[in-house]
Amino acid sequence: MIQTAGENCLILYVAEQSGPDVANQIAALLPGLRTVFGRYLVDVTPSYNSILIQYDCLQIDHFQARALLQKVLSLPQQSSSLAGKLVELPVYYSEQSGPDLSALAQRAGLSVQDVIDIHQGQEYRVYAIGFAPGFAYLGEVDARIAAPRLATPRKKVPKGAVAIADRQTAVYPAMSPGGWNLVGLCPTPMFNPLSEPHMPVQVGDRVRFVAISQDEFVGLGGDLSQLAGGIS
Amino acid sequence: MFRVLKPGMMSLLTDAGRFGQAGLGLTQGGPVDPFAFGMANILAGNTAQCTALEVTMGGLKLEARQDALICVTGAPLELTVDEQPQPLWQSIKIKAGSHIELGMQTAGLRTYLAVHGGFDIRPAFGSSSTVVREGIGGLKGGKLNAGDELPIGEAVEQAVRKKLPESAIPQYQHNITVSLIPAYQYAAFSATSRAVFFSSTYQVSNQADRMGYRLQGPSVASNTTSMLSEGIALGAVQVPADGQPIVLLNDRQTIGGYPKLGSVLSLDCARLGQCRPGANIQFELISLEQAHNQLMLHHARQQRLLTHLEELDE
Repeated sequence: MIQTAGENCLILYVAEQSGPDVANQIAALLPGLRTVFGRYLVDVTPSYNSILIQYDCLQIDHFQARALLQKVLSLPQQSSSLAGKLVELPVYYSEQSGPDLSALAQRAGLSVQDVIDIHQGQEYRVYAIGFAPGFAYLGEVDARIAAPRLATPRKKVPKGAVAIADRQTAVYPAMSPGGWNLVGLCPTPMFNPLSEPHMPVQVGDRVRFVAISQDEFVGLGGDLSQLAGGIS
Repeated sequence: MFRVLKPGMMSLLTDAGRFGQAGLGLTQGGPVDPFAFGMANILAGNTAQCTALEVTMGGLKLEARQDALICVTGAPLELTVDEQPQPLWQSIKIKAGSHIELGMQTAGLRTYLAVHGGFDIRPAFGSSSTVVREGIGGLKGGKLNAGDELPIGEAVEQAVRKKLPESAIPQYQHNITVSLIPAYQYAAFSATSRAVFFSSTYQVSNQADRMGYRLQGPSVASNTTSMLSEGIALGAVQVPADGQPIVLLNDRQTIGGYPKLGSVLSLDCARLGQCRPGANIQFELISLEQAHNQLMLHHARQQRLLTHLEELDE
């Protein structure tokens, strides 16, 4: 389904839900999109089940943009297997470093330790990168610990915060506003503009979280000063 | 080279914006008011996209360490060179050793300062635009600090001093109506919610910055409780569960999971981004075709303006 997203943007919904197959489909559409749109393409934002396409609306109107997108969709798709590398990300889980842990536990009728065990007990897949530089959306979180975003987003979420929203999980690469439920802190830098690759993960990779102690967190370069005064 | 004596509240080096990097999660950045930014460059004898300064809330003081030609545009404020008042929207010759000072805006929020040759800043991910939240662009990824040295590029040709006709100078208003293109989850909002949104007046809250303008007013109920995060266009109006709309601007997150009513016309994003907390905002619905017509008209008018700039005598 193709939908208007703004004066110079279309959004293509590939499927209603996300999943490994949908992620493959999206990745496979991107090269054709770049070729067919060519110089009319300003930017592309792939995500879970959608691709946002920004075109130069001073050169083509939305009818032409839709026609180009239809052309992309009619191209024979190359099946791309995205069985990416496995990346382990250490997490210092605690009620101090993850202020929403107890609320998640209460909501699920579980103990805090159960929530931690469930969160680190599976592999996730990188479905999209966005929101902020290096912010990787990982899915799918076990339904028992899934929780909606906060009604009012926090103004400051610390760098490295490991978080859950619905059935997605992620590590905040830098301090920013955010509405996700915080469960811990990860000391691994998620985005480095000065070195290649800029990120430890890319779309299609698999991620596993591994619990570490506070000392290990500090030993791995984690910054505890962010917790001074608590995360409000 | 220009040296920063006082950085003001928030002065940022910026070019036209960072495009093609959304896949890494890098936002567009760039000038909130592209017309004022582009015109500052043109009047300084540059192409419209050269690196210039966006000065939010005034208070910038620079020392010119070389002769230069500058132009200041955008939200009106007191501009002085060696304490002598100078006009906005026209090129000004500066002697080495002069002090350039920008006071506080008397209307609007963001003023642009361009220099002939442009500021010579190494692009990061294809652009010099500073995005403070990302720590990318500008000198070291941040706003200007006292003592910063701003290198100036080689001027290709001798610049002629020019002035924008008085009638073309925009007004910076406190109460505005902005156009919204129905988009994204527009159809998923109930008719009642949409009626509330379009018939109400919203105030710009204190949480208004280059990332987005959080508004305060009658709550817009949304039927969508949870959705997959998706790419966000400039001007997208997202409605979190508390029903208070947020208009997302240049430094917005590239992806988000709140339902969106539609997207504000870019020309109106620029006007909104010049509004301060407390400003009154109303929304009106326009079609995508009307949006394209307005953009084309704006573009044509701007092209025509370029051939009608007044040249100033020496």
